[in-house]
Amino acid sequence: MAQAWRKDIGFRAGTGVFALLLIGIVGAIGVELTLQSMKSINQFGLDFWRTEIWDPVAGEFGALPFIWGTLYSSILALLLATPIALGIAVFISELCPAALRQPLVFLTELLAAIPSIVYGLWGIFVLVPAVRTLEASLPGAVRSLPMFSGPPLGLGMLSAALVLAIMVIPFSSSVAREVLKSVPSAQREAAYALGATRFEAIRAALFYARTGIIGAVMLGFGRALGETMAVTMVIGNNPQVSVSLFAPQYTMAAVIANEFTEAADELYLAALVEIGLVLFIITLVVNTMSRLLIWSMARSGAKAPAAEPAAAPVPGTA
Amino acid sequence: MASSISRFVAGVTCALALAAGVAAQTQINGAGATFPFPIYSKWFAEYNKLHADIRINYQSVGSGAGIQQLIKQTVFFGATDGPMTPEQMQNAPGKVLHFPTVLGAVVPVYNIPNVKDELKFSGPILADIFLGKITKWNDAAITKLNPGINLPGTDITVAHRADGSGTTYIWVDFLSKVSPEWKSKVGVNTSVKWPTGVGGRGNEGVASLVAQTPGSIGYVELIYALQTKMSYGTVQNMAGEFVKASVQSVTAAAGAAATQMPPDFRVSITNAPGKGVYPVSSFTWLLLYESPKDKAQAKVMVDFLKWALGDGQKFAPELGYAPLPEGVIKLEMAALAKIRTQ
Repeated sequence: MAQAWRKDIGFRAGTGVFALLLIGIVGAIGVELTLQSMKSINQFGLDFWRTEIWDPVAGEFGALPFIWGTLYSSILALLLATPIALGIAVFISELCPAALRQPLVFLTELLAAIPSIVYGLWGIFVLVPAVRTLEASLPGAVRSLPMFSGPPLGLGMLSAALVLAIMVIPFSSSVAREVLKSVPSAQREAAYALGATRFEAIRAALFYARTGIIGAVMLGFGRALGETMAVTMVIGNNPQVSVSLFAPQYTMAAVIANEFTEAADELYLAALVEIGLVLFIITLVVNTMSRLLIWSMARSGAKAPAAEPAAAPVPGTA
Repeated sequence: MASSISRFVAGVTCALALAAGVAAQTQINGAGATFPFPIYSKWFAEYNKLHADIRINYQSVGSGAGIQQLIKQTVFFGATDGPMTPEQMQNAPGKVLHFPTVLGAVVPVYNIPNVKDELKFSGPILADIFLGKITKWNDAAITKLNPGINLPGTDITVAHRADGSGTTYIWVDFLSKVSPEWKSKVGVNTSVKWPTGVGGRGNEGVASLVAQTPGSIGYVELIYALQTKMSYGTVQNMAGEFVKASVQSVTAAAGAAATQMPPDFRVSITNAPGKGVYPVSSFTWLLLYESPKDKAQAKVMVDFLKWALGDGQKFAPELGYAPLPEGVIKLEMAALAKIRTQ
């Protein structure tokens, strides 16, 4: 027995090193981001998270418009994408005729394979004019609400949320589909045995798989937070805090991608790196909260094993 | 077993010999502004045809990044649309010389429904539009300058650069000169706090924003307006004339500066005085150290610049740039002698 263990030690040590390496890399990223943004941290402190001004000429920087833009666009995208993604998952795993199953799976995965810059181009040339027409055609009473105020540019929060939703749907739906597939058929059969209708049986399966589904939703949220190119091409790139869906706004990933190469002075560079640090922290917090949520749900529903969904990707999967 | 080892050794030797043969070529690296990238690519390709052993490699990463890489000495030469600031010159490990290479122009492009005519703009009007003070196309100030053109009451949507850019630098440098309010409220830099409008990435981004959004106005390099066949307006110069950007009007802008050129060539020629001058013109500069470490590469770059300032200038007009005036070229040839090539 001891001999077998010793023979395996290389394998154990090797895989252990790889696991630690990954944790080390994430830690190193955090440390390096902090070090490179020290100048900006010393200058602005915690006010950086609260200030709305972004002025490279005067040397005043604040991350609030970008934090707002990132969170607003991602949450909107999530609200739009989750029902659709769940609908796709339920349809494919429960209701779909067997012949259609494979083609539908293939098509949704295809959507995930499209590079985000292609989504951005499609956004500028197809989505933005369509949204502009939609915005212009809304009745005056709706237009006077703060959420729909402003000139109908097409570019803005609504276009960004739509592009993000389309990008998030394939990820969430494929994970949700896998999770639903792993619900043991005994659950469904028990529901039918108790006299449930088709819909009630599906609801029972969804309840059983709830932690996995939350994980799928959080995966989509993580992707939406870090998305860069597609968003910067349709969001209008104007650093302002606004509830209006029509207003052009800005996200953290977009401002870093746009301004990094030309940021010549040290404070400007440090401020941009600090925005990267803020994004890193927010992503970690979101992932941690979703993990805690899954654990608490797993504990309360004693048996729910749930296919453990992968953690949301670190920003940069643009 | 022995034969495979000897084959391996033979293979490695061949590879090394090949590498050595390739290394006999001189390779020089530079980085900087995107604005002159088309003409620089053309020049490096043409120069390579004349001198097959010299390869000059240029990455168009932006003026700011080019200056940073030059200061860190990861590249041999830099390129910028806005001259280095005194702070940047101090950070450099040695003295950096600026050499103007070509002239370019930035034009106001617009997209107004049902208006195909050429509009006249004055500097203060452009500043007020970009400040967000003039918000409709049929504003009194615009219609006064353009009688006879039926301007609609559409809202003006301003399009600007989201990324930092030398094109922005040239545009806001001009606006600062014609509008004290712009100068105090916004200022000059490759990236500014735009009072209003939407941001696009690159000249192409702004051009496509303007092309797609009815009622919009933006600023792009002349070549982009020409190639995308967009409407661009005339701008009023210091002499009061409304001038359209062209090779002649841009060269005229440099002509006035040639007589008062400072010895380090760091001069802004926006809003230049004189007749027939296009006011939103600018030099673009190549940056070289006065005493670089690698003397051989320095000699190559000096020879290249002498060629670019001579024969190279004829490639400029077809790519949308204006060649430098004779006076400036003469001054530069003299300045090139300052670079230590041994």
